[in-house]
Amino acid sequence: MIHDLVKYLSNPRNQDAVVHLLLVHIRLALVPLLIGLLAALPIGWAAQRYRRVRALVLGASNVLYTVPSLALFVILPSIIGTRILDELNVVVALALYTAALLVRPVVDALDALPAHVLAAATAVGYRPVRRFLTVELPLAVPVLAAGVRVASVSNISLVSVGALIGVGGLGQLFTEGFQNAYNPPIVVGIALTLALALVVDLLLVAGRSLLTPWQGQRAGRRRLVGAA
Amino acid sequence: MIFSELADWLTDPANWTGDGGLLQRVAEHLRYTVIAVLGAAVVAVPLGLAVGHSGRGGTVVVGLANAMRALPTLGVITLLSLQLGILRVGPVLLGLGILAVPPILAGSYAGVQSVDRAVVDAAAGVGMTSWQRLWRVEVPIAMPLLLGGLRGAVLQVVATGTVAAYVGLGGLGRPLLDGLRVTDYPRVAGAAVVVAVLAVLLDLVLAAVQRQIVPRGLRLASRTVSGVA
Repeated sequence: MIHDLVKYLSNPRNQDAVVHLLLVHIRLALVPLLIGLLAALPIGWAAQRYRRVRALVLGASNVLYTVPSLALFVILPSIIGTRILDELNVVVALALYTAALLVRPVVDALDALPAHVLAAATAVGYRPVRRFLTVELPLAVPVLAAGVRVASVSNISLVSVGALIGVGGLGQLFTEGFQNAYNPPIVVGIALTLALALVVDLLLVAGRSLLTPWQGQRAGRRRLVGAA
Repeated sequence: MIFSELADWLTDPANWTGDGGLLQRVAEHLRYTVIAVLGAAVVAVPLGLAVGHSGRGGTVVVGLANAMRALPTLGVITLLSLQLGILRVGPVLLGLGILAVPPILAGSYAGVQSVDRAVVDAAAGVGMTSWQRLWRVEVPIAMPLLLGGLRGAVLQVVATGTVAAYVGLGGLGRPLLDGLRVTDYPRVAGAAVVVAVLAVLLDLVLAAVQRQIVPRGLRLASRTVSGVA
């Protein structure tokens, strides 16, 4: 087992293939994460302000999240006119999942902002858009970051399923290994997926700390944001 | 144009009945789902309750659950299939079971943990034993989160159950992957639609069950948190 693994990894051709698939995997997982986050912010903002939008958006995101990924990968081409094996199907599908997953945290985070902070910002002359970007959004970061972490792990593991339609980043190591009845690529694929999820998670935690300098190492996490 | 082909495929009775028909595939898919989720629940619910009740090992369990979420199910199933023998259902059930553990574990742990300390103290104060506190106080209050975790697990397993077909088994992945191989697009999209509808229906059924089981006083708090650890 270990011997096979070393043999597989010492072949330069395999190394190139693995690195290439890893980069594809990172692209397929993180581009949708960013798009989904950018979409969830205005949608969540609108949902938090308008009751009707809230019911609609939260309902739609729940339903969307029940649609299986593989199903979405193969249904999307008939809706957005892509080819069935297009990488774009995976990107769009995962962006939709990310947005669906993040809308609720955005709404919850905005709901939890203490009214006196918003009133103070308004009183010193902040207009709604500027208040959202410079006061509400930064204060929402802790709750939002938790959602983004869940979404990133979920995206990183979902990309692999795309291998069944030929677009799967590291997932292609699983299909390749299975077709050749050869373990090493599968083991390498699983290990790299776990490592990628871990590294991205650590980066997100670091990013959250950078964005929320007021949150001391262990000082009351929720003092400023209220019960999140 | 494509939608009409899809509708034709889905409304053709020949695609639903007989050997390998959609009805058989739905039954197989449900069987994998039920066994995998029940298996996962047998392990994860007692573990989550124990950790939540005792208040020990929470960090380890949450960390473990999060790491398990990152495990790619397709990789786990292909590897187990190669190790344990192709065409047997064990590797698939194991792979899907592993997928179901994190949401159930997180739900049952978070459920018990969310119980107000004062309530537990009051229960101890009126003379309940540790066991009675768990079953008569903590578990009922934990129900919304616990069932929310279970619902999340069912959704994920239904969605991912399609990979069973990749290692030679049945389920709704069968028409999907077979259709892809011969570029029979209506069959691919038709199977995908059936999986999606099955997932939504199962979630509705579980939501109804949840409303029945959760104590009346707690219904206000019954929000699903399948994604939260």
